[in-house]
Amino acid sequence: MNENCHPKYNGRLFWFATASAIVTFLLIGLGGLVTSHEAGMSVPDWPTSYGYNMFALPIQFWHGGAFFEHTHRLLASAVGFLTTILAVWLWLKDERRWLRWLGVAAFLLVVAQGILGGLRVRLRMDNLGIFHSALAQSFLVLMCAIALFTSRWWLQQTAAAAHGVARGLRSHVLFVTVLIFVQLLIGATMRHQHAGLAISDFPLAHGKIWPDTSPEAVAHYNAERTEMNGENPITGFQVVLQMVHRLGAVIILLGVAAAAPLARKRLGGADGLTKFAWAWLGLLILQVTLGAATIWYKKAADVATAHVMIGALSLVAGSLWWLAATRRTSLTEIANEGQNTVN
Amino acid sequence: MKKTILFLAAALAVSAGLQAADITGVINFKGTAPAEREIAPIKDNPDCAAMYPNGLPSTKFYVVSADGGLADVVVSLKGITGKSTGASADPVVVDQKGCLYSPQILAIQTGQKLVVKNSDTCVHNVHTKPAANPESNQVQMPGGADLTFTFDKPEPFLKFQCDVHPWMFAWVSVFDHPYFSVSDKDGKFTIKNVPAGKYTLEAVHRKLGTQTADIEVTEAGVVQNFTFAPK
Repeated sequence: MNENCHPKYNGRLFWFATASAIVTFLLIGLGGLVTSHEAGMSVPDWPTSYGYNMFALPIQFWHGGAFFEHTHRLLASAVGFLTTILAVWLWLKDERRWLRWLGVAAFLLVVAQGILGGLRVRLRMDNLGIFHSALAQSFLVLMCAIALFTSRWWLQQTAAAAHGVARGLRSHVLFVTVLIFVQLLIGATMRHQHAGLAISDFPLAHGKIWPDTSPEAVAHYNAERTEMNGENPITGFQVVLQMVHRLGAVIILLGVAAAAPLARKRLGGADGLTKFAWAWLGLLILQVTLGAATIWYKKAADVATAHVMIGALSLVAGSLWWLAATRRTSLTEIANEGQNTVN
Repeated sequence: MKKTILFLAAALAVSAGLQAADITGVINFKGTAPAEREIAPIKDNPDCAAMYPNGLPSTKFYVVSADGGLADVVVSLKGITGKSTGASADPVVVDQKGCLYSPQILAIQTGQKLVVKNSDTCVHNVHTKPAANPESNQVQMPGGADLTFTFDKPEPFLKFQCDVHPWMFAWVSVFDHPYFSVSDKDGKFTIKNVPAGKYTLEAVHRKLGTQTADIEVTEAGVVQNFTFAPK
């Protein structure tokens, strides 16, 4: 794209894209509630619901697990509708070809996501839920990115006013953001294998720094598990997976904790990206606290779902920070190239 | 005369081999059973909460009688395969009542019909979560027709669950022979018509684990008790 040629800011398009991203975020929360309540299979048919047209299911059936699963389907339909409008709007009104195709990509992703959700129900495959979750997180990042690309900040920032961000800092944030995505995949695997609380204590793990995963120990953990919410017996692998999730949380927290002071050192405390990095750190501290609370409160659905939502926001924050930094840096490079040409 | 004596001896030997007797026993529980937990999620569901105006039910993981008898232990002969008479056996019935499965621990043969009823006034989905058999998930409306399940492969504690009411479980052990029983509320069990011979008898409680005993079934039958304790 030609960065010197600014497309006109379209306030309505920006706010529509932003609203679509917010609804997508809420949809992830509702999807989190479906999994937290182990309600994904409570409506066995799809695209119908209990044999009814999805949009005409009598409200008397909106109870228990079906409430979460059915409302998730309805909100997902709304997100599909919003994404379709957004894609058409971008295609018709935005001058940037790459952004028009990004709108098409969002449309295709939301269609794929809907089909994946339906297949997870029809094929009764828990592991499809992991892909459904991963695609949801990726889709949210894409929707937030589209909102950023249509923002006044993105379109009207000038090369002269932009300050570049050192490659090292950008790479650091990108690396931590990728780690967050991997961490979300691990979390999704734990949740969709219905092996919640494979380790039921924190900060210790089954009373030890590293839990015993021998068959005898796992049999003992399973005997102690009080199944109240559709949970499967756990395996040694799932115990190890939760330990990896815990260690990943420590690494990510340290990575984000390093990013904020680094940004202050390189960009100054008043820089928007520095403030954004501090907010990111705040999110991560909240996220780690919610992770611990998920265990302390025995995987209470609201706490576990909040953990999913703040995890999604942490991924979005890292992604948008990196995109904004990359945008500023590219504008600075353009300005420098112009200066060199003049000289 | 000699041929007649030989024939009678052979007939006696064969009939002795075909003698069948019962295995009986009691499952005892020693110690203090872990506390059951109130099924708290029921209170969040108006359909189900209305069925318990005087307090919520609790889990039934450890059902122990006043005399120390332990219910819901699946007792079976080990190492027997391909002897299923399930196709001609009477169906086993499990009901959904009060947003709970009743009974919660069952045992059937391969090919034997398992009929699931819905006596509740709310919708349930009957979701089987097998390890060896195909999974299924069907909706059952209030007042809807009974659902019938059969399983072709043996497996222990095949889980039935309702995802609308995620505290609802039943566990069905499937055998490909008829030599099994589930201990009753007093801990008693009977395995009927077992051919004479030496066997390994296995008793499995879903939470307390597995015990085995080597037994010999004779014409007089055999009594074998087990004692479980908290882990």
